[in-house]
Amino acid sequence: MTSPVGITSFGAYVPRLRLARENIAKAHAWAMPNLRGLGKGERSMCNWDEDSITMAVEAARDCLTERDRAAVDGIYFASTTLPFLDRQNAGVIGAAVNLEAGLSSLDIAGSQRAGTSALITALKATGDGESLVVASDARKAKPASTDEMHFGHGAAALGVGSEGVIAKCLGAHTVTVDFVDHYRGEGEDFDYGWEERWIREEGYLKIVPQAVKGLMDKVGGSGDDITHFVMPCTMRGIPQRVAKMFGIADDAVVDNMAATVGDTGAAHALLMLVSALENAKAGDKILVVNFGQGADVILLEATEALAGLPKRAGAAGAVAQGRTETDYMKFASFQNNVKLDFGMRAETDNKTALSMEYRKKDMVTGFVGGRCTKCGTVQYPRSRYCVNPNCQAFDSQEPHPFADQPATLMSFTADWLSYNPSPPFFYGQVNFDDGGRVLMGFTDTDAGQLQVGTPLKMMFRIKDYDELRGYRRYFWKAAPDLNAEKET
Amino acid sequence: MARGIRDKVAIVGMGCSKFGERWESTAEDLMVEAFNEALEDAGIEKNQIEAAWFGTAFDKVHVGASALPLATTLRLSNIPITRVENMCATGTEALRGATYAVASGACDIAMALGVEKLKDTGYGGLPAGSRGTMTDLWVPNGSAPGNFAQLATAYSAKHGVDAKDLKEAIGHVSWKSHQNGAKNEKAHLRKPVPMETILNAPMIAEPLGLFDCCGVSDGSACAIVTTPEIAATLGKHDIISIKALQLCLSDGSESGFSNWDGSHFATTRVAAKKAYEEAGVENPRDEISMIEVHDCFSVTELVTMEDLYISAEGEAVKDVMDGFYDADGQVPCQIDGGLKCFGHPIGASGLRMVYEMYQQLQGKAGERQLADPKLGLTHNLGGAPHSNVSSVSIIGRLN
Repeated sequence: MTSPVGITSFGAYVPRLRLARENIAKAHAWAMPNLRGLGKGERSMCNWDEDSITMAVEAARDCLTERDRAAVDGIYFASTTLPFLDRQNAGVIGAAVNLEAGLSSLDIAGSQRAGTSALITALKATGDGESLVVASDARKAKPASTDEMHFGHGAAALGVGSEGVIAKCLGAHTVTVDFVDHYRGEGEDFDYGWEERWIREEGYLKIVPQAVKGLMDKVGGSGDDITHFVMPCTMRGIPQRVAKMFGIADDAVVDNMAATVGDTGAAHALLMLVSALENAKAGDKILVVNFGQGADVILLEATEALAGLPKRAGAAGAVAQGRTETDYMKFASFQNNVKLDFGMRAETDNKTALSMEYRKKDMVTGFVGGRCTKCGTVQYPRSRYCVNPNCQAFDSQEPHPFADQPATLMSFTADWLSYNPSPPFFYGQVNFDDGGRVLMGFTDTDAGQLQVGTPLKMMFRIKDYDELRGYRRYFWKAAPDLNAEKET
Repeated sequence: MARGIRDKVAIVGMGCSKFGERWESTAEDLMVEAFNEALEDAGIEKNQIEAAWFGTAFDKVHVGASALPLATTLRLSNIPITRVENMCATGTEALRGATYAVASGACDIAMALGVEKLKDTGYGGLPAGSRGTMTDLWVPNGSAPGNFAQLATAYSAKHGVDAKDLKEAIGHVSWKSHQNGAKNEKAHLRKPVPMETILNAPMIAEPLGLFDCCGVSDGSACAIVTTPEIAATLGKHDIISIKALQLCLSDGSESGFSNWDGSHFATTRVAAKKAYEEAGVENPRDEISMIEVHDCFSVTELVTMEDLYISAEGEAVKDVMDGFYDADGQVPCQIDGGLKCFGHPIGASGLRMVYEMYQQLQGKAGERQLADPKLGLTHNLGGAPHSNVSSVSIIGRLN
């Protein structure tokens, strides 16, 4: 028997902006005063330049910390908010993290279960290689709905393989039931949901137990073996009630991050699983249950290798890097729920030459520049003649990745004239520690955070939207590296 | 070594439209206004012009592509006309084409005309749009003020200048130009502005406030050039000649290599050195009587004082605050108001700078006339500090 397949690595990402729920409640108090009852804690929200792909890329990068990317031969991307209905979204993520050619890829969508279904699919399909399972969701919610309160945006990523397993898979089970607790129809921005009491009684408390029992019947064992019980659910007390049905201890129920992040949809079970892994020790058993037109159930057991996993942000790091946002109108504008008048500069045609984008894909999507083999100068973009005025060698450059290089700020401005959905637009010259200088836009930057010499990190973001043609183009942006500042 | 063009070409006629928000005028109206003045000043017939260079940068928002708009508007019949575009240095490029044509002997009389009609876009500032299929994919879609504002952070860091002191110095740059522009009837902005207003204006791109940015204007300027010999046969006395015309472009090393600190214009330094050599200027601080620089933003003007080797490195703030560049200073800068107040119709600006030198050298500058200027320098820049087209020209009396 070959070594057991399981989880080999994990990563997570939660947008930096955290909308204080009391500000959502205040904005709607004139019409929906009862929302006040939900106005506690914070929910994560995408910056204007984030979507499920950009969050997935960040989670994937975290997951790939100190890993051999060449070993990854498959990528599964789960989301109910895929930016493209017909364009392999997983392929964009693969290109952004520079995974080798020969990668298999699959988008998995259509249910809140998508994240766990992607994990089960990968666990079953992974052979000798390693797969990357990424789940990410950026669901919109109708203003003043309870969804707007409950939802958050975020992503999680897991490595799946049989080498260096940190949590082996003991079994998985799925039941499929066309139970329409909510749905989002074609072309619709928002979910339409049925009565919560019905979902609780007929859904969570009947379908989930049926699925858990199905797994228990398969693998044996009992509930009191379970040390971590992962079950996303925004209804209070439900995971505890399910746990109790199977004899799982109350304190095994993993926190659902409602107070800090909110419900990240198709990503949430995996995000909670990452959190569980961060707190697990060898031998711990983790039961993951995920509800949505049926339920997925996965049982995992942490191994000795878990403790040796190199340090990364993970769920704890992602949650910790939040910045409270109190401006509901900013959120409404970022979500496109309100159209601000940004003036005629916002009318600029952002048509992308797809043939050019393909030609320069590694440079643009992967942020790969060049390094001159004659003089060693690192440069971006890669060019036919070396940029060093004392060299200018021809066709001398080999690919050189920029995305994970530390960098510092050389010069910058806060521009109130250019169109930017989150003014002012910060941009400036960035010097990379290993060489190379790039004029870059900034993201996740507040007034007063930048000065000459500020340490920077690179993030994969939306550069421009082409509203006329329904396209969006991605590139890398710089952001203050607050962790680097702490270290120095 | 090439001998250069010093004193090979004379300017015999110039014209300049009123700059500003010319709501009543088309680009064609502005071209006619500059051209008619230049033709009358030259005292020649239109059919004596043998070749022309036409400068426009944002042709898509006014006349459209090619040199045909010049040929058809002025009814220049069947002569060679070239359209040039080199960002905000376009006006100087037009002059360079005409000057080189005369210097080479290819023609006796040539004309340069630049025009820009920017106030048909519906919004302030320069038109925004695609900057090329690859550039659009990675370069941040910033603005001109945003790119130039970065000079300030880099300059402060390099020279240890407090941000507040720098803000005051660039404020003085704009204050001085407003004082000068008030005396120029062709200028776009003709009101002196108190320092306090300048320093407290709304922020455009930090640290540049509204008054640190030049106006966006409609306008046109025109020059007719010939050889000094032909100028004399046309009855010209006190002939004004071109002493130097230098152009220098970035090769990408400022933006992509680490040998530039962001606080100055590497290109301007090269162009200035070459221009001084071509004109035979050894000590610019003492020999240059007046300068018109590309003050698209106040901070551009400030650092350019060092790039032209008139202020020593790190000393521009002091010179500016000492009034060295004021109208009554040793080297008056922007005596016509500059881009800041005369205005900045892109394709015309390089020629407008020469127009002021030409007036001053002939003693025709009216209320703002300087006492006996000998050599004037113009500096016309296109692009951004990290990647640009920089030109330096020197104009003087022939003898």
